[in-house]
Amino acid sequence: MSDLSGRKVILHDMCLRDGMHAKREQIPVEQMVKVATALDDAGMPYIQVTHGAGLGGNSLQHGFALASNEEYIEAVASRMKQAVVSVLLLPGLGTMKELRSAYDSGARSVHVATHCTEADTSPQHIACARELGMDTTGFLMMSHLSDAASLAQEAKKMESYGANTVYITDSAGFMLPEDVTQRITALRDILKPETEIGFHGHHNMGLGISNSIAAIAAGASRIDGSVAGLGAGAGNTPLEVFIAVCERMGIETGVDLFKTMDIADEIIFPMMDHIVRVDKDSLTLGYAGVYSTFLLHAKRAAERFGVPARDILVELGRKKMIGGQEDMIQDTAMTMAKQRGLLKQSF
Amino acid sequence: MKKIRCALIGSGNIGTDLIYKIQRSEFLEPVWMVGIDPESEGLTRAAAMGLKTTHEGIDGLLPHVLEDGIQIAFDATSAYVHAENSRKLNELGVMMIDLTPAAIGPLCVPPVNLKQHAEKVEMNVNMISCAGQATIPIVSAVSRIQGVEYAEIIASLSSKSIGPGTRANLDEFTYTTSNAIEVVGGAKKGKALAIINPAEPPMIMRNTIYCLTEGEPDEEKITASVLAMIKEVQKYVPGYKLVNGPSFEGNKVAVFMEVEGLGDYLPKYAGNLDIMTAAATRTAEMFAEEILAGKIQLNPVEVAS
Repeated sequence: MSDLSGRKVILHDMCLRDGMHAKREQIPVEQMVKVATALDDAGMPYIQVTHGAGLGGNSLQHGFALASNEEYIEAVASRMKQAVVSVLLLPGLGTMKELRSAYDSGARSVHVATHCTEADTSPQHIACARELGMDTTGFLMMSHLSDAASLAQEAKKMESYGANTVYITDSAGFMLPEDVTQRITALRDILKPETEIGFHGHHNMGLGISNSIAAIAAGASRIDGSVAGLGAGAGNTPLEVFIAVCERMGIETGVDLFKTMDIADEIIFPMMDHIVRVDKDSLTLGYAGVYSTFLLHAKRAAERFGVPARDILVELGRKKMIGGQEDMIQDTAMTMAKQRGLLKQSF
Repeated sequence: MKKIRCALIGSGNIGTDLIYKIQRSEFLEPVWMVGIDPESEGLTRAAAMGLKTTHEGIDGLLPHVLEDGIQIAFDATSAYVHAENSRKLNELGVMMIDLTPAAIGPLCVPPVNLKQHAEKVEMNVNMISCAGQATIPIVSAVSRIQGVEYAEIIASLSSKSIGPGTRANLDEFTYTTSNAIEVVGGAKKGKALAIINPAEPPMIMRNTIYCLTEGEPDEEKITASVLAMIKEVQKYVPGYKLVNGPSFEGNKVAVFMEVEGLGDYLPKYAGNLDIMTAAATRTAEMFAEEILAGKIQLNPVEVAS
């Protein structure tokens, strides 16, 4: 047992939302229901669903899913015995109209996500979620790009708009445990005691679990991850592993370890189109600090324009592109292809 | 030469940048700047640039409209107060160029439909949004060749160029722009996405335009139409540049644009500010030319009771 023995943590599974990225948005409704009911049965308290880019995500920029967000939410929410169904909303992509529609379909929790320096683009959406009575999280993406003190200021803004939880989100899987400790500590120092703090990791450097433990040690009480790690890049913090580590440390998650292990091996792993793992491209994301969702887009652009995915990802990192700028992947690949004499100017 | 006298409402980024654009115009003269905060940098700067100023909002301007011969006003406040501002000024015969997402008047993208509005003597025209001004000309360039089932635009804006009003009301930006892609751009369905990027040094405004054409796209004609449209926009925004494309994949046309500003008030990266103020100025000039030539006359709008 450890110093963290007896601490209670709320887990939030992402394999049906972040995992949609790894499945090119092609999870059928029935499969989503199958995964969600199994997670519900294992005691997972929160399950996030829909398109990988969240509400409003169906687009040429982010791909079209097999069903509408409302169809996914309704199908899953109507079958839950105890789990709360949550959604993701990025202002600038999703709107309050879509949030209300998600609520009507059965979503009762939302991550309102902004880039880590742009919290003030979220007041309408956070206030709207609170009015609807939803469990409301402010979600600071790409948190590795900002320092602890600045993040704390942004978190404070989200709290002032009404968020009951604020997350440090390591979208690029770039952070080391000490980076997480500093950031969570800064939030804990400045936020109200009743405001919860969460951590959302990616496993690109193999640190999803140790980073989540560091977050808990610094005061976080909510952890995002996904069973079998199904998520963008090298995936999210693999929850079955994380639950096992928590049990050894005496951290209480309330989720059944063996059932979660079974879901990972018997349901999620067979669903994967590619094995979600640390490979040279996903490791490049973590190493260069690039948004994890860019991975598959970069691989497609690499195939089309003949520029290696790793070169494209490093260039995107250098140009400081952030989540939502997936269009700049093709643009960057085309510019690089022209420089390398692989593509002719069309004008 | 006689110029049409103008009032600017809203002393933020857009209002301030407008002073520079209008001061250079052959047909327009900036006379009043209206704000609500006596300490605001915008009002101080406007006064230093020779404009009359008030910090009492629109009501501080109204008593001076007739004596100062104001005929055109630019509203760069917010969607929430625009309707009231417009009503009060229209009653006095002042034509309104709306730079908020309120969009109570017809939507205007100069190279696409400005002529129509001037002919009709509209008393309120809306400039949509910076993303709308930067992308709708391209959507229109495709849709005038071939039917567009769906158009989607992605605007990447530097964090430093986005003021507090836009930030707090991002949904209005999304709704207004999506609608204008259909109404003005000619797409059957439109969707707008905005990304605010805080990179340092700030990134120049980028816009990506995707169109799904009805049937296989006519690559040659669409490319020629897009290149011709870019030249039209460059007449008032010289920094409007094609970076990549038009690129064709199935029935998807992708065009990657960059908008560099003139660097009047905010530095050159803030092309989003420039394309909005330049389009508004261009619109006002078209009306001003017609007024000065005696072709149209602005009349007070009677209030419906």
